[in-house]
Amino acid sequence: MSTNYQLKRADFIFKDENDWEEVLKNNINRPPNELINELISSELKGRGGAGFPTGLKWKISAEEVNDVKYVICNADEGEPGTFKDREILSKVPFKVLTAIAICGHVIGAKIGFIYLRGEYFFLQTELNKAINEFEYYCREIKFDFSIKIFMGSGAYICGEETALFESMEGKRGEPRNKPPFPSAFGYMGKPTVINNVETLAHTYTIFKYGSKRFYDLGVQYSRGSKLFSVSGDTPKPGIYELELGMSLADFVDEFGDDDTKAVQVGGASGFLVPRKRFNETNIGFQGKLVGISLPTGGSMMLFNSSRSMFNVLDNYLNFFAEESCGQCTPCRVGCQQLLRGIKAVKRGEKNAQYLDKMLKLAETMQFTAKCGLGQSVANSFSSIVENFREEMIY
Amino acid sequence: MKPITELIKDLADLHGRDRHSLLPILQGVVEQEKYLSEYSMIEIARELDLPATEVFGTATFYSFLEYKKMGRYIIRICKTITCSMKGEKQILLAIEDMLKIKVGETTPDGSFSLLQTNCLGFCHKAPAMLINNDVFTELTPEKVREILSEYLNRKNEGGQNVN
Repeated sequence: MSTNYQLKRADFIFKDENDWEEVLKNNINRPPNELINELISSELKGRGGAGFPTGLKWKISAEEVNDVKYVICNADEGEPGTFKDREILSKVPFKVLTAIAICGHVIGAKIGFIYLRGEYFFLQTELNKAINEFEYYCREIKFDFSIKIFMGSGAYICGEETALFESMEGKRGEPRNKPPFPSAFGYMGKPTVINNVETLAHTYTIFKYGSKRFYDLGVQYSRGSKLFSVSGDTPKPGIYELELGMSLADFVDEFGDDDTKAVQVGGASGFLVPRKRFNETNIGFQGKLVGISLPTGGSMMLFNSSRSMFNVLDNYLNFFAEESCGQCTPCRVGCQQLLRGIKAVKRGEKNAQYLDKMLKLAETMQFTAKCGLGQSVANSFSSIVENFREEMIY
Repeated sequence: MKPITELIKDLADLHGRDRHSLLPILQGVVEQEKYLSEYSMIEIARELDLPATEVFGTATFYSFLEYKKMGRYIIRICKTITCSMKGEKQILLAIEDMLKIKVGETTPDGSFSLLQTNCLGFCHKAPAMLINNDVFTELTPEKVREILSEYLNRKNEGGQNVN
């Protein structure tokens, strides 16, 4: 396996820096435009998985004319195999709070929210303590900003930004049609910046050290570092901050158990990469000229040769069938049909060609489902069925 | 424990009576009652001046807002991929054996309910489970029996709710 690109560790997010007061004070005295340009030149892209350029997101909301705007920190971390956001909120909450407030300063919002998933209820007490201390300091420096926690109640789909707004508005967490986008029409119909916890934590680094420090990490199109949640068949599961752009082969060299058969990059909604493709697969955003680039919210699940890929896919599809909000037909019915279909093939009630029909169904879901959940079912479904077809049949 | 109507009124005073206060109010009721009865949903609808169907429709969307009667301790075992690979089934069997209930059931004395749930975000410490809001990770059948014994003792000593 290739070893010419060593894994490059980074240590920004969890670095113990007790200087948030200074970072906050310095940055809310800088003009919003300067901060936006700093973000844009860092080329930071959203760390929740979708990879939208953060600077652009802030810029669009900043340009909206409205008396009321909101900043929301998306802590509805529900993607299977992801657990980094909880760690950020419990270890370095002040970095996130500071970033939320700086974003408020940039776009002109006075209120920030943290949408915390119900499973993380136990974080609430400590986080509220941090918020109280933070707001106390804001009052001291006469900076008008408040932050509230909004608790989720166990719904994966609420991590989708518009479903999250619906949920906060007291409704079923059903995604909205886009456009309009959150930057213009978000929570309560107001311009809203919604960022993943980790994205906000990175903006703290950028505002503190300048964009160059961040930009110098990673590779073209995939700048900076990223937290990876490593789990599955690995001797060292956990959370690691690495520079983007590494090859999957190097990743497996470091984290595999010498028997790695496949890696699921990006959680159940991401792609399964079989061993034969480790060398040509890079971890980062699309746009590299050579090889395949896979973006990820940081979920890296390793499977060794003892694992049945049928069981893996069965587990994912059960997950999607349960977590589909049920609003649009391609996703609601599609997830159920894919789940029934693979079982029927396995039992021999359907022949192997039925798998090809299901691949077409998955493709249809990709094009017709309303939101990212339904659209991304095809990622794992197709990559598993195409690479491990024999395991689906026998 | 407050009477349900009083609880709902207090929650509405605290969070407000707008539609966007609905989820915190539902969560507040579940926090005390462990589930939403038809009666409490109708009362919430009355308090917020919403159609009861809206309250029911919203509540039933969320997997942590139960609408069937639940035990005082709700055990939720993660069944998503990593936990399932790392022995979630053995944990489930150990609990079923100890409490003599199956998934979806509540012990006759109303103290434990057993449920499965999707990814809890502890894949690096699988298998994991929640008991009410407390997380337990890297479970083994022995470990889970110890944890449950502790809860059972607590229950026998007068039922102090740990949460």
